[in-house]
Amino acid sequence: MNALFNDPLWFTTRASGTVAFGLLTVTVVLGVAGVARYAPARMGRFEVAALHRNISLLALAVLGVHIGTALADSFVPIGWTAVVVPFLSPYRTTWVGLGTLAFDLLLAVYLTSAVRLRIGQRRWKAVHLCSYGAWAVALFHAAGTGSDTRLGLQITLYSVCVAVVLAAILWRLYTVGPGHLAARVGLATASVATVAGFYGFLAAGPLAPNWSHRAQQAQSTEPMGERR
Amino acid sequence: MKRTARRLVIDRIACTGHGLCAELFPEQLALDDWGYPIQSPGPIAGGDTRHAQRAVAACPALAMRLEAARG
Ligand code: SF4
Repeated sequence: MNALFNDPLWFTTRASGTVAFGLLTVTVVLGVAGVARYAPARMGRFEVAALHRNISLLALAVLGVHIGTALADSFVPIGWTAVVVPFLSPYRTTWVGLGTLAFDLLLAVYLTSAVRLRIGQRRWKAVHLCSYGAWAVALFHAAGTGSDTRLGLQITLYSVCVAVVLAAILWRLYTVGPGHLAARVGLATASVATVAGFYGFLAAGPLAPNWSHRAQQAQSTEPMGERR
Repeated sequence: MKRTARRLVIDRIACTGHGLCAELFPEQLALDDWGYPIQSPGPIAGGDTRHAQRAVAACPALAMRLEAARG
């Protein structure tokens, strides 16, 4: 409890990162539900679409808090440029860099959605499909950077998020229609492989001993202080 | 505030039959058996413009727009 009050920024960064990832997960699932024309009995289809949009905006706001507090926290050096240019943070360069990459992809998705009428449906959609990639990159960023990855609850949360997104994608690929069988099987395989890769990474990385040093060491000989 | 009468135009080629528009603007839109909109003709009554705008904004295929009723 003391640590919480001594390090409010650090704790806010961790908490907002977790919340943002949860919100992005909900956004992805609602987006898949919308495009698959899921029609719940007690809800309008337009409500699914409105929730998808509004929760995505909420996620953006929480991401702002996540990034802002990470920068403001003086303990870890990250630097302003690392907000948009990946792999510049001296602190856990690779793993913070993945967060930057996810943020860049998301920014592209948000901005193109804001000007959707002007750029047209096809280009908007091409960029919007990056959301899946952004979500997956954010997942690896969360597990690789997060100080909470070893917590049972945190792993449970990631697993739930992974399960619902994978289920939504597979369901979508299954119901989308008879055509493009090879492409659909390929995408399904890639999705499952990504999930398998994630658990492999968890086992070899964050859940294996001494991760906080290994996450840092690849880039600098001087290990950062370990924080819990 | 001056209101110009407006008319809802559906691009039948772009429309993918999502049917969201009919949920938001039932005053002028119904759905056929395949989920494509059937539009009752005529300009949009003043107070309905807001609903029509929401329907236009919600269309996933960007298949609808509002035009001035004359011209
Ligand atoms: S919301 Fe758009 S795509 Fe869906 S039925 Fe209406 S006009 Fe067509």
